[in-house]
Amino acid sequence: MTLLSRRFFLFGAGVCLPVLFVGPSLLLPRSSVFAQTNSTNNEMSLRAFRAVASVLTSPRCLNCHSSSDGPLQGDDNHPHAMNVRRGVDGKGSAALRCFACHQTENGKALHSPPGAADWQLPPLKTPMAWKSLSTGELCRTLKDPAKNGNRSLQDLIPHMDTSLVRWAWNPGPGRSLPPLSHDEFVSRLKEWIATGAACPE
Amino acid sequence: MEITRFQVDGKLAELQIDPQTPLLWALREQLGLTGTKFGCGMALCGACTVHVDGNAVRSCVTPISAVANKRVTTIEGLSNDRSHPVQRAWLQVQVPQCGYCQPGQMMSAAALLAVNTNPSDEDIDNAMAGNLCRCGTYARIRKAIHVAAELARSGK
Repeated sequence: MTLLSRRFFLFGAGVCLPVLFVGPSLLLPRSSVFAQTNSTNNEMSLRAFRAVASVLTSPRCLNCHSSSDGPLQGDDNHPHAMNVRRGVDGKGSAALRCFACHQTENGKALHSPPGAADWQLPPLKTPMAWKSLSTGELCRTLKDPAKNGNRSLQDLIPHMDTSLVRWAWNPGPGRSLPPLSHDEFVSRLKEWIATGAACPE
Repeated sequence: MEITRFQVDGKLAELQIDPQTPLLWALREQLGLTGTKFGCGMALCGACTVHVDGNAVRSCVTPISAVANKRVTTIEGLSNDRSHPVQRAWLQVQVPQCGYCQPGQMMSAAALLAVNTNPSDEDIDNAMAGNLCRCGTYARIRKAIHVAAELARSGK
């Protein structure tokens, strides 16, 4: 092998081998690479949101994010006993405020009132009503500051760490838990946001 | 055991009891204020309703620790001389039958009128829905609340 052909062999191998290892995407035009990356992100984002939605539509979230003028109860989402109303601030009506019965901790007995700090529904102005929404509608509602309490996507993350939201994972006796752990839920929420916060149709 | 200090019907109370003791039992057993009744013990009936800082709460599920340094009003403290519009209206309309739930009903009614001086039937039904009456005096309760509102507004 001449010096020239030896150089060509080494140079050629240096170029070709990485191409073989990194796969065919490097061989595509730049616009196609971006399209493929976007498509991958979109799929990841949709998968992440479906996981997030499985928690948001669980009874522990949905019973306060109801579509009626009052909270729901139980794993079957029945209307709250005593005709409890949302009230303007989401904390009940006059003389029947949420804190009349709900303390800052769960009652210990079965069927006694659950409790967490700042127990409330979303306020009347932005009721954040999720019940009966499709997964896509839920996603768009969650992203819309006019419907989510004027929150950016990043603002959603600390909301999920409030004592009231965390209560869903410590709901007291006789109440089911959301389908994901709190850590996994927050992780999937962050993943959804980081990958573009895509929404299903 | 730590001491919990709070105001009851305008007087200072200091109780050295378990902080988880329900306010209801502190009122009835420690302070002898037996006007507030035990009904269900789970905030389901409203018989134990008192005011904490002016808001109606169910004393059977409110731990004494939650009222530290706060102002509690019981049925005994609504007025010294039965002059509160709710008390006068209850007598005028002759609301009670057996009477057991009525202290709670009156405390919820007073809390409603404190924030709504001219409640509609719907306002009354929403505010009073957590107070049960097994004698079924609901129609008289609603009428008495309208009378009390009128008494309060007229200043008589």
